[in-house]
Amino acid sequence: MVMPMSDQVILRAENIRKVYPGTTALKGVDFNVYEGKVNVLVGENGAGKSTLMKILSGVETPTSGKFYLRDEELTHLTPKTATQKGIGIIYQELSLFPNLNVAENIFMNKELLKNKGWIDHKTQEQKAKELLRKLEQDINPRSKVSSLKVGQQQIVEIARALAEDINILIMDEPTSALSKTEVEILFKIIDELKSNGVSIIYISHRLEELIQIGDYITVLRDGELITEKPMSDVNLQWIISSMVGGEASKIFHSGKRTIGDVVLEVKDLFFHGPAEEPLLKSISFDVRKGEVLGIYGLLGAGRTETLESIMGLHTDARGEIYLENELLGEPDIKSRIRKGIALVPEDRQREGIVQTMSVSHNLTLPGLWRIVKQKIHISGSNESSCVNETISSMSIKTSNSENSIMSLSGGNQQKVVFGKSLLTQPKVLLLDEPTRGIDVGAKGEIFNIMNNLAQEGLAIIMVTSELKELLAICDRVIVLSKGKITGNFGKEEITEENIVNASTIGHMTTAQRFGGRDR
Amino acid sequence: MKNAMKNNDFSIGMILLKMRTIIALILLVIVFTVLLNTTRGINFLHPVNLMTIAKHVAITGIMAIGMTFVILTGGIDLSVGSIVGLCGMIAGGLINEGIVLNMFGGTLYLHVPLIILVCLVLGTAIGGVNGLLITRLNVAPFIGTLGMMYIARGFANIRSGGATFPNLQGKPELGNTGFPILGAGRFLGMPLSVWLMIILMLITIYVAKKTPFGRHIYAIGGNQRAAELSGIQVKKVTTLVYMFSGFTSALVGLIIASQLVAAHPATGESYEMNAIAAAVLGGTSLSGGIGSIGGTIIGAFVIGVLSDGLVMLGVSEFWQNVIKGLVILAAVILDQTQQRINARSSETRDKKQRKMAKST
Repeated sequence: MVMPMSDQVILRAENIRKVYPGTTALKGVDFNVYEGKVNVLVGENGAGKSTLMKILSGVETPTSGKFYLRDEELTHLTPKTATQKGIGIIYQELSLFPNLNVAENIFMNKELLKNKGWIDHKTQEQKAKELLRKLEQDINPRSKVSSLKVGQQQIVEIARALAEDINILIMDEPTSALSKTEVEILFKIIDELKSNGVSIIYISHRLEELIQIGDYITVLRDGELITEKPMSDVNLQWIISSMVGGEASKIFHSGKRTIGDVVLEVKDLFFHGPAEEPLLKSISFDVRKGEVLGIYGLLGAGRTETLESIMGLHTDARGEIYLENELLGEPDIKSRIRKGIALVPEDRQREGIVQTMSVSHNLTLPGLWRIVKQKIHISGSNESSCVNETISSMSIKTSNSENSIMSLSGGNQQKVVFGKSLLTQPKVLLLDEPTRGIDVGAKGEIFNIMNNLAQEGLAIIMVTSELKELLAICDRVIVLSKGKITGNFGKEEITEENIVNASTIGHMTTAQRFGGRDR
Repeated sequence: MKNAMKNNDFSIGMILLKMRTIIALILLVIVFTVLLNTTRGINFLHPVNLMTIAKHVAITGIMAIGMTFVILTGGIDLSVGSIVGLCGMIAGGLINEGIVLNMFGGTLYLHVPLIILVCLVLGTAIGGVNGLLITRLNVAPFIGTLGMMYIARGFANIRSGGATFPNLQGKPELGNTGFPILGAGRFLGMPLSVWLMIILMLITIYVAKKTPFGRHIYAIGGNQRAAELSGIQVKKVTTLVYMFSGFTSALVGLIIASQLVAAHPATGESYEMNAIAAAVLGGTSLSGGIGSIGGTIIGAFVIGVLSDGLVMLGVSEFWQNVIKGLVILAAVILDQTQQRINARSSETRDKKQRKMAKST
């Protein structure tokens, strides 16, 4: 792509491919980083942004492809050599050591030494203090990181990257945990870094921020480069439509559904959680038989917590939940499963599967009570017929149901998680990011399964961050922002614009500021 | 179908690796039989000798059954040896001294079955406290049961001021005779303790393989969070598992006191290590979720045969420890190898499947 710009490319990636078992994260991506500019990288979850950044910072090795720093080709990059070349990264997940203090974290693996090998704590703490002062943060370098607030931890993470001489700074979702004022400070720091000639790669889901801070924008979709443009040429709508792609509604075709009576009704759901502000503030909605209800929201909007509270995971959540007009008692997962609520959790590896168990034992785990005789005996024939039925109806690809669950690909593991929820014969199915981390083919299959289930009369609630999924499969969408419902759209009103606008209510300050610039 | 053939070839090696404990057991028996026969003219396989070994194995085996469930949940129970000591002491005290009832100015002597029941309940209750510490107060299993190890051992000594309760035959006039039967009694020529191990083994194998409770134990050890979200009552199941471990230890305490016809407060010291070793030798993973009761019993036999065989060969106690340690290390290293191979073979199988899926 020829850029009509005089800006210099400092880092150039060519035809980068990255294949993981089960999925191809990057399919030959080119990426340019312009010197002294903020290079924005956008794409939906699973588009390959984080993978690309991990490759640039030496954490992951690409399957194929080359990259050049100025004109020097970089090979065998490790995190250590990347740092030596001046590439710093601030990760999406905080990667600090909570048991150590701020200064120790900032100088981890680049400790300042005195007298042949003793850590010079005094100088470290002094330099840490200077760095933090530059970031306008009054954090004691001696405080333990675990005692800091999440926003402050993010600042420490930034300070850690700045403690090196860096030419290129990668920021992967740096603002997701920051408050408004902290974001302001971060943007000031970015401006300062730019004027010092540092090139910045900036990844964020908060689209309005990107327009405010970015100079160039690169869009990734499903591991492919879609386009690269100067930020001055684009607006919010353009970004969303190029992220989502046009063909979305064609891939997943929702059939005719008959929507029946209310199955689940949630009234005034309130959940405080560990943060300062309550995670859920008075959430009320219902879902009907045969209906697919989508829940959208930005990070921290309370989507997952809503599903978890319905499931009974949070014993301190308040509010009334009615299942077929019957008020559910105290939060208790076991009894809610038996009453007819099932959850497909967000994090398959951490919450969905038991890695040490076979495919069949994973499938029957939550629904064992359905196949036991005399309350204690697991009937082998009952179990294998259940398992075989599910394997064929979900078309799970495995040669033997006694194989370890870990021998399956990500998509097939996800189908097992689906299958195990369905074997409890639920009335309401809660899906939290059901297509995360699986390839497009498996996504299509999952959507077909959802469609069939809805047509059979199951009520489905799906949380997703992918707009095109909402557009394709949902009958109704509610949007959460900061623990409140900020939008409720029927089938005809589900548009990208409606959903995005509703999801930023409560986040409006940054969006308003650039108001004049995006059109 | 060539693939299937290849997989089969591959799995012969895997089966050998999987059956390594039983192979090791057979090898040990052969080696000891030959060595003892040639050097000392002793018949290792003589029924009397085998019975003695079986009695020793039963002690480790019964405790190891309880320990296996604990380890399967991803925990550990260090208090079992002390529970052995304490329950033996309580039984000994009840037989020899009875319960002094100050308000009536008399002493109450219980019947032996009741004494056994009291001790079993006590062991189970101590296990219950372990379980509550771990599930309700979030104490790490290692620390919680370490504390309980000291507490129970302390009470075992306090009970008698450190002295032994000798001559636990009981007195006919007090109606508390019969305690030695548990240790010395036989049924169909086999010691009762061995029968108890067999019965417990059969019950627990059934529980582990065929009941929701057993499945839940495996799930908790494999992925506690996923188990919780699958509606498993993690706290309840975990507590029950520690209670069962306390129960098996109490049973062992009674058997030993009965065999010796005496109770000593130091009985059972370091037995927890034998129980853990038996479970690990039998293929139980200390990170939880993997293992079996059958494997543990074989592991207990390996330890029993090894120590008795070495004693009969006249190997010094110090060298016995070195050899036991080496065997345990070898078992764990083999276990790691098997897991690596498992992971690799499932990866290649996965790749093959994907290739096949693509070509169709």
